[in-house]
Amino acid sequence: MSEIDEGPRATGNQAPDVFKVGAWVPMRQFREDEAVDFVIVGTGAGGGTLACRLAEKGFSVVAMDAGAYYRPLEDFASDEEEQSKLYWTDQRLVDGDNPLKMGANNSGKAVGGSTVHYAMVSLRFRPEWFKARSTLGYGVDWPLDWREMWGYYAQAERALTISGPVTYPWGPKRPRYPYRPHELNAVGKVLARGCEAMGYKWSPTPLATVSAPHGESPPCVYRGFCRIGCSTNAKQSALTVWLPRALKAGAEIRDLAMVGRIETDARGLATGVHYHRNGQWRFQRAKNVVVAGYAIETPRLLLASANERFPDGLANSSGAVGRYLMTQSNQGVWGQMDDEVRWNKGPPSLAMTEHWNYEDRKDFFGGYCWMSQGPLPQEWASVQTGSRGLWGEELRREMELYNHQVGVKMVGEMLPVETNRVTLADEVDQYGLRVARVTYSWTDNDKALIAHALDQMEQNLLAGGARKTFRQEDDTNHLNGTARMGDDPRTSVVNADCRSWDIPNLWVCDGSVFPTVGGVNPSLTIQAIALRTADRIETLAKRGEL
Amino acid sequence: MNERYPGYDVLDKRFTQSWNEKTREVVDKRLSVHPGPRFFTAEEWPVVQAICGRILPQPSDRPPVPLPAYVDLKLHEDRQEGYRYAGVPEEREAWRRGIAALQAEASDRHRGSFADLPAAEQDALLHAMQRDELKNPAWGDMPPALFFSKRVIPDITNAYYAHPTAWSEIGFGGPASPRGYVRMDFNKRDPWEAAEAHPGGEEKARRENRRIV
Repeated sequence: MSEIDEGPRATGNQAPDVFKVGAWVPMRQFREDEAVDFVIVGTGAGGGTLACRLAEKGFSVVAMDAGAYYRPLEDFASDEEEQSKLYWTDQRLVDGDNPLKMGANNSGKAVGGSTVHYAMVSLRFRPEWFKARSTLGYGVDWPLDWREMWGYYAQAERALTISGPVTYPWGPKRPRYPYRPHELNAVGKVLARGCEAMGYKWSPTPLATVSAPHGESPPCVYRGFCRIGCSTNAKQSALTVWLPRALKAGAEIRDLAMVGRIETDARGLATGVHYHRNGQWRFQRAKNVVVAGYAIETPRLLLASANERFPDGLANSSGAVGRYLMTQSNQGVWGQMDDEVRWNKGPPSLAMTEHWNYEDRKDFFGGYCWMSQGPLPQEWASVQTGSRGLWGEELRREMELYNHQVGVKMVGEMLPVETNRVTLADEVDQYGLRVARVTYSWTDNDKALIAHALDQMEQNLLAGGARKTFRQEDDTNHLNGTARMGDDPRTSVVNADCRSWDIPNLWVCDGSVFPTVGGVNPSLTIQAIALRTADRIETLAKRGEL
Repeated sequence: MNERYPGYDVLDKRFTQSWNEKTREVVDKRLSVHPGPRFFTAEEWPVVQAICGRILPQPSDRPPVPLPAYVDLKLHEDRQEGYRYAGVPEEREAWRRGIAALQAEASDRHRGSFADLPAAEQDALLHAMQRDELKNPAWGDMPPALFFSKRVIPDITNAYYAHPTAWSEIGFGGPASPRGYVRMDFNKRDPWEAAEAHPGGEEKARRENRRIV
């Protein structure tokens, strides 16, 4: 919080050098009254990637983030409590039959967005998911072709120097991962042993943390605090990969800049954004506005920008803005071993299986994967109190078994439903902006998938040698949908290029554009879409179609 | 101090390669927490102390983790969780109302303050809160079970497991930057990790834990 108290850091033609203590890199700055080619709202997996590629293609870019600009080496502690500064903890209301737990694990408020604290799991979609309706019979089709996406996935994997296996066991052929896979820790070996006993394939997880030096990143030292921020810079994130490149290419990054409203003119085009920085509201003019605030803040901004011409919010003639919110099921099964496991050593998800993403003999739609786990003490206590209702002496005794615990958690596909949505509540936040209300209920299909996964994960742990298993039945993670892409302006918010149907110079580039969510972590797909969007914008600009 | 990891103290590593400057700074600050209360009133304070004592009872042979001080600090600074259930008040108001309601329940059942009840009676009331069985009008529209699971439990257990004393108790390696870890397999311990006492091996573990650097 001291970092935020000192005010914005990216000012005076310099930005923090994230690789050195107290150091700076030069940064170009733009005037507010001259329209830049692109103002991008958000600097995470979508906005950070797009800012980099657009700047490298010669466009003028200002990328804003509501969060602080951290230097991991000096600002990140090995401490769960302190690092909660990376989360989006502004007020939100949650309701529905299955209210979403917000804050910690599903959103970020820092330059680099939630990639600063993501688990680095970098997986490709199963090809059929891009045509889920036509090939698998559920959800909707994407307007994207998997073969084109395969190229962008490879590009993202190279940029992030993913550490992974030579041969990945599922899906069409892909190039070998740039760096060798990480060594498995003991809990990863439990998953692997369990899968082998079940006759399932498993794999070392492709991870965005380097297994050998790369650029200014040292190899991962297996400290295991990945999900609260990497303090050594082994992690490959928007903060350490895309934004340093963006700055080099001439982009400006504005930290601690909260965008509150997008302005449109008499022609119905976006003209720039109103943003709050250094205690006052300001206005940045732009020829194009890209919203990349993730699946809650993106629809919140589009809805909050309603005006006379667009009374239901911007880009919302379909009524789909804020709708079809999809989280992913993140249930887990936990157990104990007589062996010492010490599961906090290493990245938290070193081994995984995508068996049920590629196996269709099941009685529900969608897929899921699961991965080995290594929660830190506060998070582990929250599992014990949340799933088992433990407190008192009993809680302290169970917690003493920390070094003997093992566990796996799923990333499961939830179906898009119109009524799972983000709306604006009446109460306002510290900027005077209406807070988001997030409404979520699981479908029967979601419940069937979760029940199936819990059985499978429990079998996996038992077959891997664990005992005294218990289930964590209520957790969810990533957020997608709420500004989905499609081929039909009547049912989608943006087209395949992430360009809004209603306002040609307004774009959305983050997880909000997902029509379906798949059974893997979304960050690599968000980055691959951003890479494609940058290429498409370059092509459109050359044709004079921007 | 405890039996499973005798003699292990995560703070012994404070000046090793496992702690960076930022970590030392934030843990120092935590260990010198303001004793409070600054948010809670003098009437509320003994109730908060009693609740903390039951949610995480602590051994008498070591300095206790000052849990009420951390809960008070969080509310004093008005740190938010990032979400709340529609209909449930913000954290400060939730605690105020929750304590008043618990006092009303204690008064109904036992004609006294919650803080003065025997531990078993306190536990019975907390269990009833956890099971949503308390009905005093003082709760208003705030469900007792949600107050218990979303406020009382996380605010107290997060404070406890953010404390070096708790890290040592469970044998957690604690801060680990920049050194990290080297030995990843089953039953492999880096020399800077806690040694666990196996039956009859308490002295051996104690010796090893004294050598941790």
